[in-house]
Parts: sequence; C-alpha cells; structure tokens
Amino acid sequence: MAVDVTAPASAADDRPRVIHRRLSLADIAFRNGLRLAGLLVLAITGLIAAFLIIRASSTLRAVGWRFLTNFQWLLNSNRIGVGAILPDTLIIAAIALIIAVPVALLTALFIAEYAPHWLRRPLVALIDLMAAIPSILYALWGLFWLMPRFIGTERWISDKLGFIPFLKVPGPFEPGSFEDSTFLAGTVVSLMIIPIVASISREVFSQAPQGEREAAYALGSTRWGMIRAVVLPYARGGMIGAVMLGFGRAMGETIVVAVLISQTFTIAAHPLQSGGNSIAALIAQDAEESTPAIISALIAAGLVLFVVTLIVNAIAAVIVSRSRSGLQTAD
Amino acid sequence: MTATSPAETSRPAEAGPPGPARPTRERRIQLNLVTADEVYPVIGSVAGAIALVWVLYERVLPFTGALGFWVSCYGVFLVLYASVTAMRYDRRVVIDRLSTVAAASAALFALGVIADQVIYILIQGWPAVIHLNFWTQTMQSTGELQPLTSGGVWHAMVGSLEQLGIATLLAVPLGVAAAVFLAEVGGPLGHVVRVIVTAMTGLPEIVAGLFIYATVILALGTRQDGFAGSLALGVMMLPIVTRGSEVMLRLVPGNLREASYALGASQWRTVWNVVLPTARSGLTTVSVLGMARAVGETAPLLFTTGLTNFLNANPFHGPQTGLPLLIWAFIRITPSQVMYQRGFGAGLALLAMVLILFIAARVLGGKAPGELTRGQRRRIARDIRRS
Repeated sequence: MAVDVTAPASAADDRPRVIHRRLSLADIAFRNGLRLAGLLVLAITGLIAAFLIIRASSTLRAVGWRFLTNFQWLLNSNRIGVGAILPDTLIIAAIALIIAVPVALLTALFIAEYAPHWLRRPLVALIDLMAAIPSILYALWGLFWLMPRFIGTERWISDKLGFIPFLKVPGPFEPGSFEDSTFLAGTVVSLMIIPIVASISREVFSQAPQGEREAAYALGSTRWGMIRAVVLPYARGGMIGAVMLGFGRAMGETIVVAVLISQTFTIAAHPLQSGGNSIAALIAQDAEESTPAIISALIAAGLVLFVVTLIVNAIAAVIVSRSRSGLQTAD
Repeated sequence: MTATSPAETSRPAEAGPPGPARPTRERRIQLNLVTADEVYPVIGSVAGAIALVWVLYERVLPFTGALGFWVSCYGVFLVLYASVTAMRYDRRVVIDRLSTVAAASAALFALGVIADQVIYILIQGWPAVIHLNFWTQTMQSTGELQPLTSGGVWHAMVGSLEQLGIATLLAVPLGVAAAVFLAEVGGPLGHVVRVIVTAMTGLPEIVAGLFIYATVILALGTRQDGFAGSLALGVMMLPIVTRGSEVMLRLVPGNLREASYALGASQWRTVWNVVLPTARSGLTTVSVLGMARAVGETAPLLFTTGLTNFLNANPFHGPQTGLPLLIWAFIRITPSQVMYQRGFGAGLALLAMVLILFIAARVLGGKAPGELTRGQRRRIARDIRRS
C-alpha cells in the first residue's frame, strides 16, 4: 500500500479522538433534577409495594402461606385466603381476553392498514375515547342494558353446548341462575381492554418497515398477503406484549366486576352460572366495613393482586419495548 | 373532464417556449379508489344475510334473542360475501377481501359499543338531568324515594373537579419531568423506569386507593378527605402521562436538538426552549387525556374520599364525594327506581365531563410537532418586524 504523507505516523495514533463533554453546572443540575423525577416514579412504585406489605403483615403472619391456597374468607377464624378468588380473577381475565383479542387486533389492523387516511385520526380518537369512558358507566351499561339481553344467549349456550362440561349450568333453569355470571362480567371487561390492546398493537403495526411492505406488494402480494408476510411477523412481539398488558388490566378491573357479580367464594368452574368473584371486586365491596382486621386482610389480597399484575405487566412491557424498532427505544 | 377542454388551453400556467402539441393529458391513477365491485357485494351480502337469518332464526328454527340474531347474521354475511367473491376471483383475493371486512367490522363493533353506551346513558339519565335542581342542589335533604324534582349532584361535581384539579397539579409536572428524563437523558436507569412506568399503567385502580389509604390515612392518621382522593387519582394518572409524554417527546425531530446544540445551547436550554415548545401540543393532549381518564375512576376513591351528601368545597377537610363514587353509592345502596335514574343522570354528568375534556384535548392539541398555531406565527412575524 502506498504511503500517504497525510497518514498518521503509526497505527497507534489512528484512533478516534476521545471527546470530553464537559457539562455546565446548569446542565448537571438539570440532568440530576430529571433523574430525581425518574427515581420518584420508581420510589412511588416501591412505596406502594412496601406499604402494602407492611399493612398486610398482620394478616399474612396470622395466616401464612395458606393465604394463597385457602378457599374461604372467614375473618373471625382467620381462615381467609385467595385460593378461590385468584383463580376466579384469572377466569374473568381469560374470558375478557378471548373476546377482546380478536376484536382489538382486527381494529388495530383496520386503523393501521385498511382504513383510508382521512379516517385514521378519527378512529384513533375513538379508541382513546373508549379507554376514557369511566368504568362505572361500563358497569351501569352492563347491569341495565346488557344483562337482560345476555341471559337468553347464556341459556342457549348452556342448553346447546352443555356437553362441554364447563359450559353447563347445573340445576333447573331459572332466570336468576344466569344473572351476575362470570361470563357477563368477563364480556364487559373485554370491552374495556379492547382500547388498550388495540392502541398498543396499532402503534407497533404502523412501525413495520415501509421498504418491506413495498417489496411484498412488488412481488404481487395482496394486502392481506403483505400483512401476513411483513406486518404480523414484525409486530409479533408487540402484539404479545399488548395482549399481556390487556390481561393485567383485566385482572385489576374493579368496579365493573364488583357491580355485575354476586360474591361467592368458590372457583367459578361454570362461568355461565350466577356468582363469582375477583380480588379487586372483593376489596371494593368490602371497602365500607373498615375494622383493622378486615382492612389488613383486604390489603393482603390487594398485595397479591399488585404482585401478580406487576409481574405480568413488567414482562409485557419488556416484550413491547424489545419489539419496537431500534429508533423508538434507543437511549 | 376531457383532456382538450377550452379551459385547458386558456390557462396561463405553462409559460415558456411553446413545445410540440401536447398529447392528451394523462389521467392520474387513483390508488385508493373504491370501485363498485368492492361496494355492491358487501351491500348485497349484508342484505342477504339479514334476510336469510331472519327467516331461519325467527320463523324456522326455535331460537330467540337479539344477540344471537346479530351474531348469526355476521356469520352468514361472511359466508355469503366469501362465496360471492369466489365467483369471480381466486382464493387469494377472497382471503384478502374477507380480512378487509373482518377488520372493518371489528372497528365498527367498537364504534357501535361506544354509541350504544352513550345513547343508553343519555336516554336513561334524561329524566333526571332536565330538572334544574339536579345541577344546583345536593343530596343533603333528599331521601331515597323523593321525586327527581328534589336533590342533585352539585356537591359531587364540585368534589370531582377539585380532586381532578389537585391530581393534575401533582401528576402532570412530575409525569412530564419523568418523560423528559426518559427521552432526553435515559441510560440504564431510564430503561428500568420505562419498564416500571409501562407496568404501572396497568396498576389496578383499587390498589392505588388501597396504597393511599395505607400510607396517608393509616400511617399519617388523617381522615378521609378530598386530598387523599386526589393523591390516589394522581398515582393513577402519573404513568399514563409519563408514557404518553415520552412518545410525544420522541416525535420531536432530532435535527432540531442538534441545531440548538450547534448554536452553543446547553442541554437545559435545548430542552426548555426547543424540545418542550415543539412538543407542547402533544404534551397538552396527553395531559388532558390523562385527566379524562382520572375523572372517571371510581375505585381509587373508594377508600380515600369518604361518602357524603353535603357540599364540601374544602378538599383538605372532611369527606368529599366525587361523581363516580356517587353513582356507585346510588346503584349499590338503594334499590329504588328514582335513585337509579339519579345514578344515570350523574353518569351523564360524568360522561359530559369526560367528553368536554376529550374534545378539549383534540382542540388544544392534535398538532404535529413544530406545527405552529396562528398566535405563534403572529408573534414570530412581529418579532421579525421589530428586529
């Protein structure tokens, strides 16, 4: 190789110059102030956990690990636990997901891929509005509008599909045996998590690389072909994360379940049957009776809910942030 | 329009040397044109499905129930539409068309649910809200069975607005600051904060109420009051504002920051004078949407604000009821028809509040980063004239 006169004398000198950025005092103060704000958010989350643990400790010490497996909720004899209501919470959330996920993903696909441009912003606003409608109004609507219309459907499913064990409602038919069912609560909750799942997956869909979309079209693909080959594989992580965030939200949904369900302390093995429970609804319904023992027990239940949703949501958040394009999460 | 219309030749736009006679003007191909071929099969299939299901469902088979009727209609519609399309096109196109109608109908379903809720609450709440006293009185001296001409929700509206105001004052500055931290400083700590904040957006509402109950009321020994409710609402709002603001800050183009740095500005100046003003519209939208979410929350108020029928304008002393909690009390404690109507009326008031905030968010915000308002443009023009 010809020696260039402008080249450095030796290879050792050919290193990028180390740039020392000296921050001004104002900048240091600014950055630390912002860092403080970030830490404060972490501290609030930490405080929530700490205070729930402290307040729940008297119950947890008295009951021990059996709190997780105990079916009953008898405060006087300390036989309390979330053994029945934690599965019930999961059943409601699962029903909500079964209904919400297809609708939410299709809505997100429609907004991001199918809708004409002028329609996209109103539709995004619509989904935001759906998230902003107060939960108590969902509860009112579910209780007075949906429930009377829903009983016939529930009865039909129970009669015709009763050969599937969990769809059967035992006992003779009476309208009351289908009211306040886990299925109804799950259906209304599903409407509330549609906007969450839809808005996150829409964001991820719209980030699918333009070049690859055009490549798919250039190869003669239809729109659905392009979506299947480009958008869905690209957005898979984000969709999983969005669904998990919806799951976390469905587990924590309080007012709708508290209004729509009549409390029982058995696992809701027949979701169509009247009666069920969820941790959040239990806490809400007992909020008025505030003796220290009850409060401690409720906070212990709240702690279980907090831990479960935080774990689910944190996993979902990691999945969503990993699935985004590098630009979005680059620090 | 034909290509050689007289209007075409008389247009003075093409100045320059007269070229050879132009060929007939090309017509631009519209890529997003909806053709009759796409519209009529959908209309036909919808009509066919409703008619067929009506005959089968109502007349032939022993089914009842509106819900089942519409579900069957939708299924039959998909089958009809697929077969109509399959008469002309191959499988690929059939699947493409089916996916289009499925996606569109999902969006339509969401729209239908919202419309149904709004209309139902409007109809049910109407008898209550047409009485003026519903807006100006409290429930102080009104019994459960007294007619709608007595009592109202004024106290709850005051409570809701005050609690929302305090919650906003607490949550928005902190949330935006945390978002600036995530977007502008970042680092490993930023990553942890982002994951926690995203997880916190799914924090069960009731846990926020329990937390404030456990810290403020049990540990500090204060009584239930409006301020405790505001704290709980603030805890709910914080992650929503933080996450949304971060997205908005990331939309600010990087070259604006670089231009600021190149002019010798410090990071603090860059954020304060360039990034935040550029993202102002988006940040406003996010904050107001957060407020709309917070004002409708019931569960955080359950343990914190207490329930009262009196007007209490002081959020720092004594129980102060908000609208959501009032509805909860109306439909839970009393089984009388009048109270249900009052509940729906209060629901209508709450819905109106949410809608006003929601529209405000769209009017105040909704601009792309860097897009100037008319006032901003006028100010810049004035500054230029002065200098």
